[in-house]
Amino acid sequence: MSNTVIKVENLSKQYRLGEVGTGTISHDINRWWAKVRGKEDPFLKIGEANDRATKGNSDYVWALQDINFEVKQGEVLGIIGRNGAGKSTLLKILSKTTTPTTGNIKVKGRIASLLEVGTGFHPEMTGRENIFLNGAILGMTRKEIKSKFDEIVNFSGVERYIDTPVKRYSSGMYVRLAFAVAAHLEPEILIVDEVLAVGDAEFQKKCLGKMKDVSGQGRTVLFVSHNMNSIKDLCNRGVLLENGLLAKDDNINNVLKIYTENSIWNLQKNFKDFRHHSGPRLFGFISEMFIQNATNEKIQHTFLMGSEVLITLKVQVHSYMKNAEVGIKISSISGVPLTYLVSCWEGLEFDLDIGEHIFNVSILDIYLYPGKYFISPWLLIRGSAADDSIQEAEVIEILNNDITGFNTRFDSYAYSGCEVYQKSIWTKEK
Amino acid sequence: MTETKVDNWTEIISPQSHILDLKLKEVWRYKDLLIMLVKRDFVATYKQTILGPIWFFLQPLLTTVIYVIIFGNIAKISTDGLPMTLFYLCGITLWNYFADCLTKTSTVFKDNASIFGKVYFPRLIMPLSIVVSNLVRFGIQFMLFLCFWIYFLVEGNNVHPNIYIILTPYLILLMATIALGAGMIISALTTKYRDLTFLLTFGVQLLMYATPVIYPMSTLNAKYALFIKINPLSSIVETFRFAFTGSGTFSWSYLGYSSLTAFILLIVGSVVFNKVEKSFMDTV
Repeated sequence: MSNTVIKVENLSKQYRLGEVGTGTISHDINRWWAKVRGKEDPFLKIGEANDRATKGNSDYVWALQDINFEVKQGEVLGIIGRNGAGKSTLLKILSKTTTPTTGNIKVKGRIASLLEVGTGFHPEMTGRENIFLNGAILGMTRKEIKSKFDEIVNFSGVERYIDTPVKRYSSGMYVRLAFAVAAHLEPEILIVDEVLAVGDAEFQKKCLGKMKDVSGQGRTVLFVSHNMNSIKDLCNRGVLLENGLLAKDDNINNVLKIYTENSIWNLQKNFKDFRHHSGPRLFGFISEMFIQNATNEKIQHTFLMGSEVLITLKVQVHSYMKNAEVGIKISSISGVPLTYLVSCWEGLEFDLDIGEHIFNVSILDIYLYPGKYFISPWLLIRGSAADDSIQEAEVIEILNNDITGFNTRFDSYAYSGCEVYQKSIWTKEK
Repeated sequence: MTETKVDNWTEIISPQSHILDLKLKEVWRYKDLLIMLVKRDFVATYKQTILGPIWFFLQPLLTTVIYVIIFGNIAKISTDGLPMTLFYLCGITLWNYFADCLTKTSTVFKDNASIFGKVYFPRLIMPLSIVVSNLVRFGIQFMLFLCFWIYFLVEGNNVHPNIYIILTPYLILLMATIALGAGMIISALTTKYRDLTFLLTFGVQLLMYATPVIYPMSTLNAKYALFIKINPLSSIVETFRFAFTGSGTFSWSYLGYSSLTAFILLIVGSVVFNKVEKSFMDTV
């Protein structure tokens, strides 16, 4: 017997960008006219992949496009993706708060979603009344709620306040009560979205435990979170969404691996797109940047620890710059600046005429721990703020290399948040 | 996997559903929610007011007093020989039920966007709960009306109730149906075109003057009477007043016309509502 409980088939969802209002009537009429003539919706043909960062040509985008996957009973499926990848849209369709544009989802059993707990809580009503109201909104019958009432109150830990209006609750108590109701729904399929971000640590632990219980009872859970640790902990399978497309459907470790790698490389910025630049660009801007291997001058992004990195910056100047300066910031993937490389610090002083200029900076031996790092270049006139800068323009990866000749375990140290290796000489005096 | 197991899905989420598929079975399954929502409306309205549910009585009473002063004494509009208080209270009680249902229903998507956006339940529950909770309120106000009615009846003030009183539940049902149907149509339209919300408050007021609430049908000349009769609410209010006081007009054909209109509005409203509820989160 097939034990697939959710089957997503060719699912797509189109959204209209911009303001809904102007033009809607004309579009509606257009649509209706196409329908009358038995033709396809004219606005379904247009639309493009949903990449937030690039400007599209059309007012319509596909938040989801041709998604296909299946979920088996008892699976805990993690849905992973960057912001705007389509995760929430997928969950919204699953929880039936919106409909797909094309395609369908077949479901076996009751779906309950914890898209946001506490939906429909009324501040004037007591905890007790709200349990019944919220339970009913989530699809429980009065009888079901009654039989679980004590359990819910116990789980929430707000017994003493149960006959007090919830507007008098602390926000923690409010969330506890709300989650308690939702946690006792006992649907066959549970959708959880970021709810674990609320409440204190103890309560979060309780919630995670409850989710594990749920999946232990052979029920299916779809879990969306940005917390990779809890996803890794709870899920056994994952789907990765990228710009509305299904990028990977595999066991959770593989998916997470691809996600963390992709998500970093994807952050590399296109220099031609000025939206990635910051600063007024009154005098000029950085038009290109190459990161090269110093020995063979090949463009590359992975370097061994201790090797020489050559970075070339191309600068277009459209107004004479006196006392100009170029520089590069190296920062960790969590955004912490680690070091600055500045032209004038090393004795290179210059004025820039109108036209193109090329700078080379060589990092003689890059002593960063293995891992990925951002490179952010800037251009300025000394004494004033950056005229142009591109934050986190490129990513480089440093690979472990036996630079000291001794056992270093740099790989494991990199996780502790420490990033820079400093050469040091150790002697034992006594 | 064998192919015999293909169609045991409990649900298929797809872009379109049948236009008349109102999911009434599902609505029934959620009846407890309807009860809770009605309860919520009650608790929420009068929490932290000193007079509490007394406001249920005060609202129509105050309106009646105002009407008696303005329309009765200043404008001197005829009340067909009925005591003014009873005449106005009669109309107001029934009209308020309609107006409350209509205005609340017509903003149902906007008011509940936060809930609708997060949880699924048959959306029809919301307008239904509005109609029911207003029915309870109407019930209380109707008691008030009955008290006055009995008082004037005993006093012998030209009040002649008749057999048509048994039509009362049907009249209320008609009011509810028209309010629900029209409300659902408007609510569906307001999700996209907000302009209607502004028109509505004005429209309801206008509609009241196009309904014999503050004047009897008998005072109208033939030209206006036609307009008023086109309004399906007219015969309901008129019948209601006629049944309890014996003044006014009654005609089966007008009531039939109202019933037919109510029925059509309900069908159209349900279909439109059903169509919009699926995608309104994208436009609201």
